[in-house]
Amino acid sequence: MPNSWIDFLPTLLKGAEITIVVAFFSAILAVVMSFAAGLCRLSKLWIIRTLTAVYVEVFRGTSLLVQLFWLYFALPFIGIELPKMLAAILAIGLNFGAYGSEIVRSAVLAVPKGQWEAALALNLKPWQRLLNVILPQASLRMLPPFGNQLVELIKSTSLVYFITMADLTYQAMVLRNNYISWTTEILVLLLLMYFVIATLVSLAVRLLERKWTAGRL
Amino acid sequence: MWDWNYVWDILPQLLSALKMTVWVTICAFVVALIIGLLLAFATRSRFKLLSLITKGIIEFIRNTPLLVQVFFLYYSLPLLTGISIPAFYAGVIGLGLHYSTYLSEVYRSGIEGVPKGQWEAATALNYTKAKTWRSIILPQAVPPIIPVLGNYLIVMFKETPILCAITLVEMMLTAKNIVSQSFRAFEPYTLVGILFLIISYIASLLVQRLEKRLNLQRGK
Repeated sequence: MPNSWIDFLPTLLKGAEITIVVAFFSAILAVVMSFAAGLCRLSKLWIIRTLTAVYVEVFRGTSLLVQLFWLYFALPFIGIELPKMLAAILAIGLNFGAYGSEIVRSAVLAVPKGQWEAALALNLKPWQRLLNVILPQASLRMLPPFGNQLVELIKSTSLVYFITMADLTYQAMVLRNNYISWTTEILVLLLLMYFVIATLVSLAVRLLERKWTAGRL
Repeated sequence: MWDWNYVWDILPQLLSALKMTVWVTICAFVVALIIGLLLAFATRSRFKLLSLITKGIIEFIRNTPLLVQVFFLYYSLPLLTGISIPAFYAGVIGLGLHYSTYLSEVYRSGIEGVPKGQWEAATALNYTKAKTWRSIILPQAVPPIIPVLGNYLIVMFKETPILCAITLVEMMLTAKNIVSQSFRAFEPYTLVGILFLIISYIASLLVQRLEKRLNLQRGK
């Protein structure tokens, strides 16, 4: 029997580790997908544009929890069995990648037209134009919305509780099952831990923003 | 693989659960609209303490997961107050409260979008505070934010599956129940996805049309 709420911390911290691992890898996948899909939507080839639009609409139009269930519970029926961790990272990463592609697309379009023309005038190759001239400027504009999305992503990792991954939320609910009378303490602790993680991340993004954009925007 | 007979069998159940999903969304949206407006006014208040506390609450709600908030409402509040809340109300309040913090931000952007000269003109015309809000500020602040509010309604609709965690019988829980009875997961979860996709897609088209019409009215 616990003597005070301190006794719950070791278990919750174990869960926090899983939460952070899921968030970290999902975030990487989300950023990769955001850039890939965001740039593909600006492609000259209609087939690439259409395929990307389908990806974005499907992942934005259905609920993240439905996507997670589909990857983890439905796919085995057509012969694809994913480990929990992979299903979680794929669902969260692909979902946030679809939202992030809009951020990338609008940031690239917001770079003044003169920059494209200047890059062309300097006789840079298309990929050099993008990598050396356009993306460095567009990336600065992406930071604030990406920071907000990152907080949303951390919050959404709590959904892995549904596929019984031992994250923060799952550990807390197991504790609650064992010590029902401590329900309130456990849940308040859980809220506080998420709050601390999310706040630290958004502070880090803000510091990064200040460092990168100093004298540039 | 894909069995059409099975699909026609379970579709009616899912469609009637869709009604519940939509109903929860609408109720939660109304809660979010009202509380969001109160929060927006509280953060703009001249009493520094009130606006600081409100900003703190908003920050806390926005930085913690909706799922945990719903658990707190459903499991903790009865222990604290002695009143047990049915899952439906816990879901409506949880979802509504969570998104009210987002909507308060939207309201604020609408109010702050009204040029300062409009306030000064109202003062010059000797309008009361109530009349200033009613006939000068709100008519200019509201139309631009209507599409944004519409988008949040769609976002909230897609958050409802979380509520299956507190045994609210919406589409997700219905699908889960079907799966546990039939041991076939592919069709139910795919159907739920398709239903969400159809409705969000139609809704977002409507919001886009609304936005165009509002822009035309305002002569943009």
